[in-house]
Amino acid sequence: MKTVILDARRLLCPMPVIRVQDRLADLEPGTRLVAYCTDPGALIDIPAWCRINGHHIVETRTEGDDYIVVLEVGRGGNDRSI
Amino acid sequence: MTRQVKAVALISGGLDSLLAVKVVQDQGVHVEGINFFTGFCVEGHTHAIRKKEKAKPKRNNALWVAEQLGIKLHILDIIEEYKEVVFNPKHGYGANLNPCLDCKVFMVRKAHEWIERNGFDFIITGEVVGQRPMSQRRDTMPVVSRESGADDLLLRPLSARNLPETRPEREGWVSRDRLYGFSGRSRKPQMELAQRFGFDDYAQPAGGCCFLTDANYSSKLADLWRFRGAKAYEIDDIMLLKVGRHLRPRPNFKVIIAREEGEGRFLQGYRKQFVNLETVSHPGPLALIDGEASEEDIQLAARLVARYSKGRGDDRVELQVSGRDGVSHRLAVVPLSADEVPESWHL
Ligand code: SF4
Repeated sequence: MKTVILDARRLLCPMPVIRVQDRLADLEPGTRLVAYCTDPGALIDIPAWCRINGHHIVETRTEGDDYIVVLEVGRGGNDRSI
Repeated sequence: MTRQVKAVALISGGLDSLLAVKVVQDQGVHVEGINFFTGFCVEGHTHAIRKKEKAKPKRNNALWVAEQLGIKLHILDIIEEYKEVVFNPKHGYGANLNPCLDCKVFMVRKAHEWIERNGFDFIITGEVVGQRPMSQRRDTMPVVSRESGADDLLLRPLSARNLPETRPEREGWVSRDRLYGFSGRSRKPQMELAQRFGFDDYAQPAGGCCFLTDANYSSKLADLWRFRGAKAYEIDDIMLLKVGRHLRPRPNFKVIIAREEGEGRFLQGYRKQFVNLETVSHPGPLALIDGEASEEDIQLAARLVARYSKGRGDDRVELQVSGRDGVSHRLAVVPLSADEVPESWHL
């Protein structure tokens, strides 16, 4: 399974969500994306954005100062329109 | 088979856009949302500033609204393009530096471009005639339709019956009878409709959807423009205006002082971009110096920061001063007294 890393550190919400959204636009369903963020809001906002746009949250965790969201690009939920 | 009609809605996260979408969804239209991030939005981005222990992070209301409605939400970063709206609003500013009418025109124009690119049929907003003093008046609402280029593809479901018929109504994509005729500043009709739809946990932003409607924020932005000699900002500038105490002791620099631990942590992230000061002999806040400061200015800034530390009553407070290059040195100062900090320094 392909895994892509996204560095969204030092960005404040909703920028990490926007970065995730824009990065997902090029990824095939089933791809894993690991987003590293420093805004704790990302742990709420990225999963919420994924739920409404048809992607799956695999895991959310904290490591030191990083808030990490692991998600899988959904089938058909991938929006290439923007 | 009949074609599925599709609309895109401007979602701010407030009650009006929530209701406007629901009204249209109930008529069988497929709706998706767009939310614009200008950098000034009240939503989100205050998570990081708060104290960790207290951090029950605030939800992003635009995402929450989309989830309630079961619609997709596209969040568009318009930080760069939006600057022109803030710098030169054709229709001027509202009570503060809020260019509401130009802002609405801009957002509806972006939504119009979006529907053309994505094959959607029309645009929905939660606007209500007479609700807001600048962008939602009977005479300015047609300006938004016209200047955005959306014209009669812009439907305001909550106020449609007070406005000329739009194309979605003429084409029968929605029925005018099932739209509303709300007007005025009262929120009662919206609250009743929310109750009817079973929504009870919605956001009710007081002044507007962004910091530009806030007098204190606007005065700090005006100060930034005045002392930089031009209307200009970067995203970090406008984020920093939301954080800390801002004091300008001299025209060439201002000091941003954290008010609590969460703000201190947030300002830590800017230590490589600004000369920064931290008390070492006493507990105290982290502070950044914005501008070009001489040795003498740094001395003054240090005395000011010492005033906001636990050593304010002592004769001597020691601080660590760090440059953008990370090189630091110690400085011992006498804290400024209350009388030595004139009101005019506070932005
Ligand atoms: S309050 Fe801010 S975001 Fe809302 S219309 Fe006015 S300028 Fe635009």
